[in-house]
Amino acid sequence: MRYILFLYAAIAFVVLAAGSIILPDWAMFLFAMALAKGLVCLGIVAMMRGGVVSFGQGLYYCIGAYTATLAANLWGVSDIFALTLFSSVVCLIVGMIFGPMLATYRGIFFAMLTLALSMVLYGTLSKMSVIGGSDGLNIGSPTFLGWAPEGRDLQTALYIYVVAIVVITGTLMRIYFDSEQGLITLATRDNELRVEYLGASVRKVMAYNYTFAAVLGGLGGTIAVVALGHVDPEFAFWTTSGEFVFVAILAGYMSVPAVFVAAIILEVVRSFSNLYFPNTWQLSLGIFLLIVIVTLPNGLGSLLSRRKGGKT
Amino acid sequence: MKKTGIYGALSTIGLMAGLAGSATAQEDTFKIGIITFLSGQAAESFGVPALNGGKLLIDMMNKGDALPAPYNTKGFGGLNIEYVVVDEAGGATKQVQEFRNLVQREEVDAVLGYVSSGDCLAVPPVADELKAFTILYDCGTPRVFEDGKFEYVFRTAAHATMDNISLARYLKSRNFDVPSYAGLNQDYAFGQDSWADFTASMKQIYPDAEIKTALFPKFGAGQYGTEISALLREKPALVHSSNWGGDLQGFLIQATARGLDKRSQLVLSAGDHVIPQLQDKMPDGIFLGARGVNGLAAYARGGELKELTDTMWDAYEAEYGVFPVQAPFRMWQALFGLKTAVEKAMADNGGKKPSDEELVAAMKGLEWDAPSGHIEMALADGHQAIQPNAIGTTKWNADAGKMELVDVEYYAARCVNPPEGVLAADWIAQGFPGAECD
Amino acid sequence: MDLLATIVVDGLIYAGWLFIVSLGLTLVFGVLNILNIAHGSLYAIGAYASASLVGAYFAVGGDAFPYGSYAALILAAVLVAVVLGPLLERGLLRYFYGRDEVLNVLVTYAVFLILEDVMKLIWGVNPYFVYEPYTLLGDVEIGPLFYVGYDFAVIAAAIVVGLAVWLTLNRTQIGKVVLAVIHDAEMSQTMGVNVQRIYLGAFTAGAFLAALGGALTAPMISVTPGLGANVIIVAFAVVIIGGLGSVPGAAIGALMVGISRAASVHLLPEAELFIVYFVMAIVLMFRPEGLFAKTKARKI
Repeated sequence: MRYILFLYAAIAFVVLAAGSIILPDWAMFLFAMALAKGLVCLGIVAMMRGGVVSFGQGLYYCIGAYTATLAANLWGVSDIFALTLFSSVVCLIVGMIFGPMLATYRGIFFAMLTLALSMVLYGTLSKMSVIGGSDGLNIGSPTFLGWAPEGRDLQTALYIYVVAIVVITGTLMRIYFDSEQGLITLATRDNELRVEYLGASVRKVMAYNYTFAAVLGGLGGTIAVVALGHVDPEFAFWTTSGEFVFVAILAGYMSVPAVFVAAIILEVVRSFSNLYFPNTWQLSLGIFLLIVIVTLPNGLGSLLSRRKGGKT
Repeated sequence: MKKTGIYGALSTIGLMAGLAGSATAQEDTFKIGIITFLSGQAAESFGVPALNGGKLLIDMMNKGDALPAPYNTKGFGGLNIEYVVVDEAGGATKQVQEFRNLVQREEVDAVLGYVSSGDCLAVPPVADELKAFTILYDCGTPRVFEDGKFEYVFRTAAHATMDNISLARYLKSRNFDVPSYAGLNQDYAFGQDSWADFTASMKQIYPDAEIKTALFPKFGAGQYGTEISALLREKPALVHSSNWGGDLQGFLIQATARGLDKRSQLVLSAGDHVIPQLQDKMPDGIFLGARGVNGLAAYARGGELKELTDTMWDAYEAEYGVFPVQAPFRMWQALFGLKTAVEKAMADNGGKKPSDEELVAAMKGLEWDAPSGHIEMALADGHQAIQPNAIGTTKWNADAGKMELVDVEYYAARCVNPPEGVLAADWIAQGFPGAECD
Repeated sequence: MDLLATIVVDGLIYAGWLFIVSLGLTLVFGVLNILNIAHGSLYAIGAYASASLVGAYFAVGGDAFPYGSYAALILAAVLVAVVLGPLLERGLLRYFYGRDEVLNVLVTYAVFLILEDVMKLIWGVNPYFVYEPYTLLGDVEIGPLFYVGYDFAVIAAAIVVGLAVWLTLNRTQIGKVVLAVIHDAEMSQTMGVNVQRIYLGAFTAGAFLAALGGALTAPMISVTPGLGANVIIVAFAVVIIGGLGSVPGAAIGALMVGISRAASVHLLPEAELFIVYFVMAIVLMFRPEGLFAKTKARKI
């Protein structure tokens, strides 16, 4: 059945990539940012499948973004492939350090510990005036294997790049979710003890999920900073992480594409409420959140899987 | 899952088709995108007063003849001024997105905004990428044009370096003895930079003064009991703070209740904007800056700008029932500068609405008068303004029920701002070479 | 020696205020199993309400008896609690009982966002001040330092509130019922306990404590927008350290945070930002569910 997955991935790529022709500039940028954030949220979904939610995924979003920026500013690397690879490796290493440590925590304690970690990074970066302190740093425009586009071309190239990454990682995560390890994760969500009795190591599974999420966070952060041109410690602030969690909840843990749709919806809602209700955008966003939580308690993805009889 | 792939993509496309419509530019109006804080801490201190001041001035400009010459023409050279407002709260990431939306979706003719230094660093590269004429009206960090070079971006207010140099100069000119000093600044870039500028300036002017302690309470901490204990114990001759807004108000209330202002001289680099709220709770004898000749210092100055200053002062007081502090002054100097630039560009292109490039050409190196003094776009190849500054001492006038600023010292722009091509931090460290003080 | 005393006094003052707020948070979590981010908003609304009410008190001639302003402070917190407590609990939160903890955090996050703007719509962005109650109790001289009498009044209030909550829970009929609900809501319901009422009561009490924390802080600060966001993270840390749902835990947590923070400001100002997380991380390393958490039976 795997070839069908690849076929649909190819179709998803073509359809999303078509956006580079149809979308106006501002919307293409908004979509690129939404997809980048969607990658981070996909990491949260990977953990959510195991029943834990990280409230500190901004940690990796921020590490990825700063790694790319520092690599660009200190060593003059501007190639987007090199930057992406480098910062995801850094996030992989950090994830492998914290993953096993956090794998024993559950529920609100996992959420709060991950939050604390990202807040410590936030605090540290705010203090480091050498690398811009709380004002952050700028990063120049990226190059693509030696090609240095400008204007609309640059936006298009970036957009296609993020679409490609989204489709590739989305497909890989789907394969992982359907693998033995992925199914153990899902079983853990229902009953951890039972999984242990069956002889699987829940800790190991949790550590893997966390590490994958770390890499996804780094990918998202790298693409976001390259698109934005600026990074600041706010990337690790708890409200940033809170948004990621919101997208993950909005998407639900069942469907991969739902994550990216959810991310796009949030960006669009936020952007318009910002402009049309400058004084009450938080109010509108809050009401939107509540409506979503009330009407779609299991997320967007549940709409489809319910129809398919709960199969994920 | 497989189906959602397509659904997801399809709904995505459908979504954006609905969003694609956008405003069209009009030839007889000039549309400004104003970005400032409408929520969060900075709303009360900077965002809302600035926006109020901006609205007021735009109305007066659109009416025509409400202002003294040379600002008595209608709108910008006859163009009616419109504006859209965006909340600056939410971080630099959001602001970059909003900036793109303003330029590409709302098609504004100029963007005028940003109180936060982080936003001022994040936005300029995008402004250049989109070739969108942009004015930074308030933020303080010198890094904007020291770390980068931008064609379409202008800052119409001096950067924050002059605030603390002026304070140190003021201490010297008042013959204030400073054997030791301490600092309490908010723990983020503006607070850290202010303290760094102040200590560097003090090193030049008071080389023997000892630093007792440097406290950096969290931004928005609200409670300073522990910090005040530490300052009381250390007994520095002087306590420096660049705090603003609620953080400054809270600090002053708690510090005066515990007698810190009796034990140490308080010097505040940006503190004028809390006077309307604190009134007589603001202690007497504080050395106070307003990040420019703004608020009370401008009111007390008189001179040839008196008519312009008084016009704006009275209109603001009549409209909002409170006197204008630093934020509206900086908004005004940006709008007066923009008006001057648009009209100059129109004089050059035969009266058409100017393009972004024409605006850039007109703005570069521009000089104009504002209630806060004579503004010159003198630094960063004509992109960064310098302006005069003033420091004064607070004194409560019980009869009038008003706070006054006494012993005000005015500093020429070139006395407290570095010359072209010199980094602010280097300039201080070298002992202010080439400073032109009267 | 004098330094040590200063640290302890400063730490106690900070802990007193923090304890009141954290106690409300831990109570709501203990009973409703909801970690309430909107607790920060209730704190801020309490501050605004007390500023308005105390202002009104002096406006109608309260100068003749300024001590009445303390009653106004407390009344403000009561008002906030009786209006917003039932509104939020009955109107919204009750639909989410038994749902995922994290989902509930998001619900309260939404409420937090909404209340931030609602406050702005009601009180505007201009700051409110009520310094009268702050200076009314005079100064206290400890060694070379002056403290404000009000600071010690807040400590006293914290002790009173803490004892009241503890005694209610452990020495009264209603307290026993609440403890039963905390232990097993379903079982209590079958035993004839009106669980809905307990939830409502607990949430309103929690809202009162948040608002009281805000009301007591109002006289020493300027009440401005954005107040709530700063409180909630440190209150979270306190209840996580102490163990969610534990009254003594909130007290110990507040003390640990207060004193370590004071020590850091006096001895190592650079570390102040991290000290709270540092303490939290150390505690969780040895006690993964906090100091006073009760072990729960695991579901097989």
